[in-house]
Amino acid sequence: MRLRRQPDLPPTRPAATPADAGIRQAAPPVQPDAARGGACNARISGHTARCYPQGGDAPTEPRVPLQFLPTQADAIKPEPVREGVDLVINGETYRHTGDPDMPLLWYLRDVLRLTGTKYGCDGEDCGACTVLLDGKAVRACRQPMAKLAAHAVTTVEGLAAADGTLHALQQAFIDNDAIGCGYCAPGQLMAAAALLKRKPRADDGDIDSLSNLCRCGLYPRFRVAIRQVAAARRKAT
Amino acid sequence: MSEPADRSRRRFLQVMALAGGGLLVGLRSLPALAADPDLALLGENTTALGPYLRVEPDGRIFIGARAPDFGQGSHTALARIIADEFAADWTRVTVLPMALGVVSEHGTPQFTLGTQDARGSTTMAAAWEDLRQVGASARWLMREAAARHWKQSAAELRCAKSRVIAPGGASLSYGELAAAAAKLSLPTTPPALKQPQDYALIGQRAGDVDADAMVRGRQRFVIDAWPADALVAVLARCPCLDGDLQYFDDSAARKVDGVEQIVQLPAPSDELPLGTRPLAAAVAVLARSTWAALQGRKALQLHWQARAHADESTAGLLAQAQKVLDAPEDALAVRRDGDVEAADRKATKHVEATYALPYLAHVTMEPLAVHVRIESDRATLQVPTQDPAAAFAVTQRLTGLKAEQIDINFPRMGGGFGRRLDSDFVAEAILVAQAAKRPIKLMWTRDDDLANDAFRPFSLQRIRASLDRHGRILGWRQHMASTSPWHGRGVPQDGLWHAVMYPDDPPAGLVDNLELLWHGLDSAAARGNYRAPGHNATAFAVECFLDEIAHAARRDPLALRLELLGEARTLPYRGFGGPTLDTGRLAAVLRAVAERIEWTRRRRNGHGLGIACHFTFGSYAAHAFEVSTRAGKLRFQRAVCAVDVGRAINPLGVVAQAEGATLDALSAALGQAITIDHGTVQQRALKHYRMARTADLPRRVEVIVMPSQVTPTGAGEVAFPSAAPALANAVFAATTARIRSLPLLPGLQKLL
Repeated sequence: MRLRRQPDLPPTRPAATPADAGIRQAAPPVQPDAARGGACNARISGHTARCYPQGGDAPTEPRVPLQFLPTQADAIKPEPVREGVDLVINGETYRHTGDPDMPLLWYLRDVLRLTGTKYGCDGEDCGACTVLLDGKAVRACRQPMAKLAAHAVTTVEGLAAADGTLHALQQAFIDNDAIGCGYCAPGQLMAAAALLKRKPRADDGDIDSLSNLCRCGLYPRFRVAIRQVAAARRKAT
Repeated sequence: MSEPADRSRRRFLQVMALAGGGLLVGLRSLPALAADPDLALLGENTTALGPYLRVEPDGRIFIGARAPDFGQGSHTALARIIADEFAADWTRVTVLPMALGVVSEHGTPQFTLGTQDARGSTTMAAAWEDLRQVGASARWLMREAAARHWKQSAAELRCAKSRVIAPGGASLSYGELAAAAAKLSLPTTPPALKQPQDYALIGQRAGDVDADAMVRGRQRFVIDAWPADALVAVLARCPCLDGDLQYFDDSAARKVDGVEQIVQLPAPSDELPLGTRPLAAAVAVLARSTWAALQGRKALQLHWQARAHADESTAGLLAQAQKVLDAPEDALAVRRDGDVEAADRKATKHVEATYALPYLAHVTMEPLAVHVRIESDRATLQVPTQDPAAAFAVTQRLTGLKAEQIDINFPRMGGGFGRRLDSDFVAEAILVAQAAKRPIKLMWTRDDDLANDAFRPFSLQRIRASLDRHGRILGWRQHMASTSPWHGRGVPQDGLWHAVMYPDDPPAGLVDNLELLWHGLDSAAARGNYRAPGHNATAFAVECFLDEIAHAARRDPLALRLELLGEARTLPYRGFGGPTLDTGRLAAVLRAVAERIEWTRRRRNGHGLGIACHFTFGSYAAHAFEVSTRAGKLRFQRAVCAVDVGRAINPLGVVAQAEGATLDALSAALGQAITIDHGTVQQRALKHYRMARTADLPRRVEVIVMPSQVTPTGAGEVAFPSAAPALANAVFAATTARIRSLPLLPGLQKLL
């Protein structure tokens, strides 16, 4: 048996990389890291504004501190500011400077490495790529980046609170073991979150309007989870 | 133990499954394994108790799950089998997916971890045989270490929740004992297993071990991983079932920003079995991002040439099938009991019906994706496969590397249903990586997936029964014409009916005069294993036909089935899932669903009840549905499913499988069909292949898990076969429309 570079090891081990598929518990919190991405996209939240070469590769080896070499002042040539599409994803601002026709799905997955949003089809049929666009459920596979300027996107990675506390729906999915293979779960969660936003007292008829596919047949468990959250909200108000 | 501390600390408990199902437990020191250390389960500051188990001084326990998990919950259940025998504190357990365990011995690969494939619902049954011993051996080591520490007899000590407890109440934690335990040798006879009354985890409900990562979007499927310097490869495959590239122009594709290489894959050779070679000729576009690769593929100018099967069509296949069904004398006899002709002459009533089932695609939720990195002395694959050993064999054949130089990793995957038993996509990925001389991530799009699959076979079945004046079945002749899944897989002609028809499936063994006939159909479409292979077709015909007999003889469908099954006894069962079939267990699941749905209460207002049962791979299932039609729309009022899978290791997981398989089967039965015209698959997007959504299906499936103490059998497939016939029978009861051809909805809409 061989499993190289497993992450669940003492801290002396190399950090987990995307190559280590199969990361389980104790995986480090996912931070969208532009350094892993690439189509010349600058992340301009906070103080960091960095550019990376197209198709940037994810480092596989642990990062070694770079040697600090003194830079001559006249050698510094500021990069011109790139034009692009500015949008907010999970509360952080990003600028997409690549192909404006690129669907949001591939921007999230390939560029930001926010792989919680899944690819399942190319025709809005399956719902695996459901995200919230300004609070409403949309299929990311059919949202060209050009249309998203000044809009706010929430992906499954942004569903839990900043401190990691799960959204009530996420907890209800766990409590009802509504997991199965897990591949459609992010899309199901986002679609359900949008439904509850629209209809906090969602009933069975409302849940019937959800069109996300689940190949494992966990629809009844999703239904129970959504109803539990709706019921808890009814009680709370 | 006189070895240096650092070496002895790393001694491995080597557990090997023997060919006869036995288990070899021995110790092997690390240097012997140095070529291939298990880094996942071996930390610098930790103690490995075997390839499956590692205990950290702080009490954390890491358990390796050896079989693929594509939603059946096998990682959870496998780990709980080991954890229970080890008497581990489940809250401190982390489950890690294991890679394929393979070493080369005298040039032939030896698999070191036992059953690592996931087929035929065998994962749990195999684990029950050998993995309990892993946990029990580790528990023995802990107890022995504590006994030596306390200078007390080990027999007086007991283990619970990761602690060894002395009679006086003193206790030591596994973390404290791990280092000492790993220095011990195992006894020559395997330590005793727990008694069932001592199980702490087995039989208790447990949620998925990866649930937290799943709901946070953190679980990395192969499709989500980004290996360094890899290019994304997207393929344009030949749309003809059987064809090749005539010429192509990639000048526009090469201009797409991000596209780096274009690679041509020739038409696969028929000399290699299906499942070990690509399914179609293709042109691969390799790019730095998925979007660029997709844009590149769109820009390709491709000219395909169909070969022999250019005019194949579903209509032609149906005509071919009808023709052979009219000539039963040419068929292959799968089973012949008594004299069907004589029974036919003696009978007072005859019933005959023909059932048609379409090709079905697997449509795994996670489309196929593979990473391949090939170096001169190493191949590393991340591959979502149900059969890692098959993926290994393909890799070895294509790379010529030694067993030790090939890593087959298979993290959690999004659905399987039999699609991932084939390694066509693995071969494709390796060929592309070799041609490109780059690590690649092969990505299949959904249209690739629908059109390039090893489909559930197409079949037509005609059954004729002769009845006496009491409505009892005197004779049964079932004639099936189907496209065998073994065609093109190196199986001889006379074996093509295997796992297509099962000679001992009821009513065989229950009816004195019986004939099962099979006829192969010619089609260029690739066929393969699909959830409950064979059973998913035969159960539909048999269970619908029993309903037709009941109707013709004015008998109750449940009473007819129970009478047919007779008193509880075991019948010999030669097929997979044998060696016996217990008619009492089959009758019990039938009675359970009948009681739950109140079978004897008459329904009015257009509601109808349908029932069916089936034995699949050692497990038993029955379904009962209550349906109605209103304004031409089919509605499920109730859905009940009972399964008997022996001892349920994780009842919550068994319920999930029963619920899921029921809805999966209903989804397939209601709307799915792959059709062929002009030698090409017609369904190119999900909108052409109707998968049921939550509104189309029962809101709830009431699952009854039959209590049982017998050896566990599989749960993943058993609840599939009887769902579709129970639905068709319920539709008949509600509407008097007898649907004999799936998918059901198009036919029903015509009739209503």
